[in-house]
Amino acid sequence: MIYREAGDFKTSYAADNQTFPIAFDRWAYFGLLAVAFLVVPLVIDPYWSNAILLPFLIWAIAALGLNILTGYCGQVSLGTGGFMAVGAFASFKLMTAFPELNVIFAVLGAGAITAAVGVAFGLPSLRIKGFYLAVATLAAQFFLIWLFNKVPWFFNHSATGQINAPVRSVLGWEVTGASAGSVAKYLFCLTFVLVLAWVARNLTRGRIGRSWMAIRDMDVAAEIIGVDPLRAKLSAFAVSSFFIGIAGALYFTVYFGAIEVTDAFGIRVSFLVLFMIIIGGLGSILGSFLGAAFMVLMPVFLKNAMVGRLGWPTDLAAHVEFMLVGLLIMGFLIVEPHGLAQLWRITKEKLRLWPFPH
Amino acid sequence: MRLTHLGGLALAAVLAAGPALAELNFPSLSYRTGPYAASGIPFADGYADYFKLLNERDGGIGGAMTRTPECETAYDTTRGVECYEQLRGENPLVLQPLSTGITYQLIPRMTEDKLPLHTMGYGRTSAADGRSFEWVFNYPGTYWDAASIMVKYLLDENGGDLSGKTIALVYHNSAFGKEPIRTLEKLAEKHGFTLSLIAIDPPGQEQKSQWLQIRRERPDYVLMWGWGVMNQVAISEAANMGFPMENFIGVWWSGAEPDVLPAGMGADGYKAINFTGVGTDYPFYADLTQYVLDAGNGAGDGSSVGTVQYNRGIYAAMLAAEAARTAQGIHGTADITPAMMRDGMENLKIDDARLEELGMTGFGPALEISCENHRGPGVGLIQQWDAEAKEWVQLTEFMNADEEVVAPLVAEDAAAFRAESGVEERDCPAS
Repeated sequence: MIYREAGDFKTSYAADNQTFPIAFDRWAYFGLLAVAFLVVPLVIDPYWSNAILLPFLIWAIAALGLNILTGYCGQVSLGTGGFMAVGAFASFKLMTAFPELNVIFAVLGAGAITAAVGVAFGLPSLRIKGFYLAVATLAAQFFLIWLFNKVPWFFNHSATGQINAPVRSVLGWEVTGASAGSVAKYLFCLTFVLVLAWVARNLTRGRIGRSWMAIRDMDVAAEIIGVDPLRAKLSAFAVSSFFIGIAGALYFTVYFGAIEVTDAFGIRVSFLVLFMIIIGGLGSILGSFLGAAFMVLMPVFLKNAMVGRLGWPTDLAAHVEFMLVGLLIMGFLIVEPHGLAQLWRITKEKLRLWPFPH
Repeated sequence: MRLTHLGGLALAAVLAAGPALAELNFPSLSYRTGPYAASGIPFADGYADYFKLLNERDGGIGGAMTRTPECETAYDTTRGVECYEQLRGENPLVLQPLSTGITYQLIPRMTEDKLPLHTMGYGRTSAADGRSFEWVFNYPGTYWDAASIMVKYLLDENGGDLSGKTIALVYHNSAFGKEPIRTLEKLAEKHGFTLSLIAIDPPGQEQKSQWLQIRRERPDYVLMWGWGVMNQVAISEAANMGFPMENFIGVWWSGAEPDVLPAGMGADGYKAINFTGVGTDYPFYADLTQYVLDAGNGAGDGSSVGTVQYNRGIYAAMLAAEAARTAQGIHGTADITPAMMRDGMENLKIDDARLEELGMTGFGPALEISCENHRGPGVGLIQQWDAEAKEWVQLTEFMNADEEVVAPLVAEDAAAFRAESGVEERDCPAS
């Protein structure tokens, strides 16, 4: 009844091509933005910010990045953890080498450096595909972690190999360091998420995105119709690594403040992000957010429900949580192999017809 | 929609776990799951059981009951931070994460939030400098003390001369394992031995290539900084290659029963440093058995009672309880706040007489904490595993660290901390 195109007339091509063609979607989107920017900062407490929303936002950026590479361009990557580490260490080096540099540029610079590294490790994708490419990116993962653990220059010769984010502020608000307020940190990350999601959405709708999808669907055919695989694949690696680098930089500077490379960016991070996009939906912006929410928030939610609400012993709760998250992943994938985003798409279709399904 | 729904439940859960009045809250950041659970479970059980004993026998501390809510970290930094965010609003008197990685996350946060952090023999060594680390304590000793004591023991074994010897350090490739390297390098310079560094990537189930390297290099001694599953694998590998176990010494986190039992008779003669006594042969165990274990109130299944990590959990709880008692004395109230608890920790004094009252003579070293010194005496003893009897045998008395080497390193690292965090050195009253 309320969710339908009927009566929503488009009088220009621009209006016809907009991201949310249905008025209801559009208003819901602006409403969500208004809540996220105007209401949440007023009601947020440190637990909400530091334990729930910050990790969600940062993992959403990482999932967006990997979704561009794997979901849109079809190049499987297991190097996400390594690329996030590049972002974290690049932001650390930039922040300590140029103390005057605004943290926004440190984060963007970290993204740019990661993009360059990503392109370098993306070169093998021109010759190898599928599982073999996954193994090549796995090598990137292990090599990068080893490098940041081994060469003291990267961690400024600290005795423990840890890197610590110095205190930096944006517009007079501290966003890194222990004394930074939860609202400032949240808004800082939210702004990055908003801009990056907007960039990702529009890139994937345009010429570059279409060339990625052509490569994904069938690279030989794409080449015949004039898509340059070199440019398409390497640009996908560059953009994807840029996103992942920014996620790594925010993860280190804003969320943790101090990081140890093996602990924070191990192989399990690569798998975590891969699971996020598989569960959320490959080749979907919304899916990246849903997948990140599922993988990051579900364990916290289950833990709070079982330990906080039901008073279960913590070890039992932890084991049950493992099993439940596993079961839910399997359940969702059986019900809808194309991920949560596809479930949402189907729901939308049904809503359009409701209440007259035939 | 989904987010708000999740959130509402989570928030309600947090509120439901809020504090009751006039209860002393000693949260336990435990890990009963994951690759480090073998070490984490007995510690968490000991910690909980001692507070249970105080509640049942003495009615709490100074008339205020205690409680030890647990939060599962799985030795994982992300979960540790999540636990901290959850616990910090509930007036935790002291947090003991039992993880160097989580400690590094908590030091700036707890300094900012003004909550005391006790990292008993782990964490950041330079927290020994109370002038730089107001809220962090690491008594009764640090990793650098441990490294120094281990070398001192080797010196004693070799008639005071280690020149020309090779000592290999097998370490957990993390902030925890890297901690002693600087001290050992200094000690190598001083005593003329060669130090060989062998890193093992966490969690450490796979160590074949590292032990092959040891077989090739043939070091005279191997020191180990390991934790969790890494310990048992290393000891089994050493036993398999026939490395003389009496020349293999672990740090105090690598010297418990679950570490040596899997290697069977092969582990016989393995040594480790320790700062708590071993076994159940202490008077307080009678009360513990009567009020907690036999009464069916034990936190675990009872199988870990008397093991190294269980005893250490008890020791950690005892130190926290004594600090709370001291704080109650200073501030004249039973219902102390975290800030009062910090004063109690800083003025903590446990002498031999007090240990005897507690029924813990010889269970741990006597210690005295002050504004400058947050590390206490910095002592440790060497113990050896007897695989036949399946028990640890104490070889030496408590030994002191080499201050000449350790003190300048602490000062240097504390200065580095002040520079990176912008914390000012505070003044201490002249004592």
